[in-house]
Amino acid sequence: MTALGLYRPGTSVLHRLPAGAKLVGLLAGTVLLVVLRRPWQLGLAALVEVLLYALARIPPGVAWTQLRPLRWLVVVVAAAQLLLAGWQQALWVTGGLVLTVALAALLTLTTRVTALLDVLHRLLRPLRRFGVDGDRVALLLALTIRLVPVLSGIVREVQEARTARGAGWSLTAVAAPAVVRALRTADHVGEALVARGVDD
Amino acid sequence: MTEIRFTGVGHRFGERTVLAGVDLVLTERRIGVVGGNGSGKSTLARMINGLVLPSTGTVTVDGLSTARKGRDVRRRVGFVFTDPDNQIVMPTVAEDVAFSLRRHRLPDPEVRRRVTEVLDRFDLAGHADHPAHQLSGGQKQLLALAAVLVTDPDVLVADEPTTLLDARNARRVAALLAELPQQVVLVTHHLHLLSGFDRVVVVDGGRVVADADPATALAAYDRVLADPAGPAIP
Repeated sequence: MTALGLYRPGTSVLHRLPAGAKLVGLLAGTVLLVVLRRPWQLGLAALVEVLLYALARIPPGVAWTQLRPLRWLVVVVAAAQLLLAGWQQALWVTGGLVLTVALAALLTLTTRVTALLDVLHRLLRPLRRFGVDGDRVALLLALTIRLVPVLSGIVREVQEARTARGAGWSLTAVAAPAVVRALRTADHVGEALVARGVDD
Repeated sequence: MTEIRFTGVGHRFGERTVLAGVDLVLTERRIGVVGGNGSGKSTLARMINGLVLPSTGTVTVDGLSTARKGRDVRRRVGFVFTDPDNQIVMPTVAEDVAFSLRRHRLPDPEVRRRVTEVLDRFDLAGHADHPAHQLSGGQKQLLALAAVLVTDPDVLVADEPTTLLDARNARRVAALLAELPQQVVLVTHHLHLLSGFDRVVVVDGGRVVADADPATALAAYDRVLADPAGPAIP
């Protein structure tokens, strides 16, 4: 299952904070995590994030779901850093990586997609004179988030159809029908957008 | 009721004629459209809100041409598709309903009020903040319906809205459609849904071959299905 769009409704301070403020916080936090150079700083950052998750009342299981997709990446990065740069560098890089993703996940867990899109819309407003349509960009991002589970469903169905006919996994044999179905879906979604008045 | 008028309507996709010589004036409250796969019935339905513009002839809704006044027509005509996954565009349930109201430029509290009201009506209030992809197939179709009805259109066109649903959910959606104050044009293969309807149009081979009360029209449809010669236009 995808972790995208996994907003968890709540009433904590973090939920009520404006989306713009949270985005600025995420930016500042990410910059901080990159410049951290001492183990105790990393430990302190980890503690702060644990406290923030507690403040937002995110259960540990949900937090783990956000980070689980990272586990193999962490292993590979840590191994490479250990071999090439030593244990300290490995700790900073992987620790920083995990904490940055956790911080970003906290934003999506406590913020509605609509609120984020509204911020984006405001940020893009000055670009209107250069022909950038903020509504379109916001819609594009919302649709992307919405269609990730739809597309993974298509790939799963195509693979199941192959399995049902006794065929195994093959990239080309799955990709071709999946792409065709994805394009058909795109046509249908476009039609539905017109019906819902997007272009009016 | 709204007047939906087809005048000399024909349509071609490339070389293939999908509709020919359609003249209809639809003013009844409950109108069914039936026909086989590829009969042209979906194209006919899509013409009502200007999703498909006729190659020849005109379609008007309360006198507004779908070709020239598409935007005004779409404000009056809501459309529900067969597969709700194609129709749900926002990641969560409440956001998708609110998306329909974007072009109405309403104040936030009014948007919230309307969204809550319509989600209550469709038993989706408990799912307001859930990701849309986690709903069951039946709930997704209810969401699609809610997102269309929140704008309070005059006409609802539904293209096989129960085809992908199980019997229970199909019955549920059909019951909701039956209760609507709106004019409803229902395209369906579930013929029993049409029993209480005012009028049923039978489309075969791109032509209207019967147009009457449900009993008469469906009897004519039966004869079409039994005809070994098949549709007039392949």
